[in-house]
Amino acid sequence: MRRGMVTTALVAGLAMAATACGGGGGGDQQSGGELSGTVTFWDTSNDAEKATYRKLAEAFEKEHPKVDVKYVSVPFGDANAKFKNAAGGGAGAPDVMRTEVAWVADFANLGYLAPLDDTPALDNPDDYLPQAFGSTKFKDKTYAVPQVIDTLGLFYNKRLLKEAGVEVPKTFAELTAAAKQIKDKTGATALYLRGDDPYWFMPYLYGEGGDMVDARDKVVTIDDDAGVKAFRTIKDLVDSKAAVTDATDGQENQLKALKDGNVAMAISGPWDIEGVRAGKEFKDRKNLGVAPVPGGSASQGSPQGGWNLSVYAGSKNLQASYAFVKYMSSAKVQQQTTEKLSLLPTRKSVYEIPSVKGNEMVGFFKPAVDKAVQRPWIAQGNSLFEPIKVQMNKVLTGAATPEQAAKAVGDSYRKLLKDYK
Amino acid sequence: MSRARRKQAASAGAPGRVRKALATHWYAWTMVAPVVLVIGVIIGYPLVRGLYLSLTDANEANVERNIGMNHIPATYKFTGLDNYTAILGDGVFWGRLGWTVVWTVACVGLTFAIGLTLANLLNRKLRGRTFYRLALILPWAIPAFVSVFTWRLLYNEKNGLLNKLLAGGGIDAVPWLNDPTWAKLSVITVNVWLGVPFMLVALLGGLQSIPGELYEAAEMDGANAWQRFRNITLPGLRGVSSTVILLSTIWTFNMFPVIYLLTRGGPGDATEILVTYAYRLSFVDSPRDFAGSAAWGVLILLLLSMIAVVYRRSLRKQGEVW
Repeated sequence: MRRGMVTTALVAGLAMAATACGGGGGGDQQSGGELSGTVTFWDTSNDAEKATYRKLAEAFEKEHPKVDVKYVSVPFGDANAKFKNAAGGGAGAPDVMRTEVAWVADFANLGYLAPLDDTPALDNPDDYLPQAFGSTKFKDKTYAVPQVIDTLGLFYNKRLLKEAGVEVPKTFAELTAAAKQIKDKTGATALYLRGDDPYWFMPYLYGEGGDMVDARDKVVTIDDDAGVKAFRTIKDLVDSKAAVTDATDGQENQLKALKDGNVAMAISGPWDIEGVRAGKEFKDRKNLGVAPVPGGSASQGSPQGGWNLSVYAGSKNLQASYAFVKYMSSAKVQQQTTEKLSLLPTRKSVYEIPSVKGNEMVGFFKPAVDKAVQRPWIAQGNSLFEPIKVQMNKVLTGAATPEQAAKAVGDSYRKLLKDYK
Repeated sequence: MSRARRKQAASAGAPGRVRKALATHWYAWTMVAPVVLVIGVIIGYPLVRGLYLSLTDANEANVERNIGMNHIPATYKFTGLDNYTAILGDGVFWGRLGWTVVWTVACVGLTFAIGLTLANLLNRKLRGRTFYRLALILPWAIPAFVSVFTWRLLYNEKNGLLNKLLAGGGIDAVPWLNDPTWAKLSVITVNVWLGVPFMLVALLGGLQSIPGELYEAAEMDGANAWQRFRNITLPGLRGVSSTVILLSTIWTFNMFPVIYLLTRGGPGDATEILVTYAYRLSFVDSPRDFAGSAAWGVLILLLLSMIAVVYRRSLRKQGEVW
């Protein structure tokens, strides 16, 4: 659900056509004690990351020469639906998939994932960060291993803020107050607000002390005051011209606006670090600053996200798949993804490695991740976003008031979660 | 004739006729059989199955599956017309139906008008006619999703070509896909752009089948261009145009890719037509609601059948037979 479902659309269509017949690929397991066969791996990393992941995945073949790793890049916006089509239809599902944290409970609930307890895939589990490990559990079994953990932060253009003589805002109110000064002195808009992706709504909601649902007491909470205030905040930011927004192509537009210096700030996660640094404003890599997401009137918070690795229950090559998962989540591979992409590892031990410890982005995002808000890891967790998307679009285009929007989201949650109040 | 004999004669006659028919036409039956079989498998079975599912509460979590080591038994149950009453009692359905009708009428009307104009232009003898024909048919040759993505790049409010051109003319950026009204206009424009070539080709074919003598005779009688168009071209095209309008209506009513790929039904649900809304309901939420989506599908099918029947009847009243 992250990074805009709409975003990678162009690539999406092409990749779907190109990979429609990917997957399958059986193989005899462990003939003569050695792993063999094909492991199809669906990777959901973005354009700036996928070359690195491809290399890492294919390096597995060096350790197990008889295993053929079939790397398939699937744009993450399509990955959920594509996996469900393949898994439910019984054909074409990958052996291993890079799964968004909210998808694990969903897929496990439907019986699509192999439990990994007592398999080689779950290697040294005590080494995982507890909050990263939390998203891999469903009904007391482990259905995935954490690969990357992330959260949202405020990316800012140091040069522009300095020219405007503005401090990095700690709240959205401060940001609004500074917006005019930024505009007058630099010509740039203060913030790019992702109006197309519900994941970006979370900091506004958490900032008012709200949440989508209370999974423990089974209560829908988004239509509380906090939810209404959150919708009002995004509307005010856009109306006051402190922020620009879009209902489509938010990922591309945000990245471009930040890279070209058209906006001074944008909210994003570690996955965009490489993409942002490719832009002309950040030729000097030091010009990119990252701060905690601004807070609202009650608190400050951003959602905990990240990616896990899961194994398809119908895989014909379980042993090789387990070994591949073990490899991809190993300390060595995690270290490499951090060094190359500044992504955050999920293993405690990796944070002790000097190259990781010294990484500037890890330095910022690690404390942020430690404090990030865990999402409700329920089977319908991923479905909670779509109603928000529709309503935030409506609020931003003036088709609904914040009150109407919060109520509409609450109503659709109660329809979705039948036993919730 | 005794009763017994009469009975015997009757029973001998009936199978005899069938057997005779089979014997004479056995070749035809064998030729038809595979088609009947294939249609039964790829259309009949899903249709019946969909109808059945729409009367249950089946979803992704309670239908039977075997996924490797996991076996999930079927636990869904029959719920009668519950799905239908829920959908028809919800304002969402009627709201989307209203926009779907506007969208269909606007798209079909515009494509037909533009297609007819272009077909008339191309039906004359002019230099480079083949080139123009090719150029106008080109949008049809490009896969729809490529066209739609191209349009999306053009429409991009901040970096799109359309707004760059407008900026050159000193006009403010238009929120093509970010404002409900503009988004509606934008999706209609793209669909018209995609639909015109089909209309053009079909109507051009129709025009060419109208004998030139009719025009010559009309001209001799002093009919002007408009009179010739009204009294020769339009009646001559009626057979073709009634078919293409019906086809185009059905396609547009169900035109999933244009709306889904261009706006995903957004902003909000402003451009959502029935099929894209059914998709959102059934595929975006988890677990996927098979029963609900089947019910939407059945309703859409019923609506389209109604349109077709009413349309045919109105044509028949005008003396058209097909």
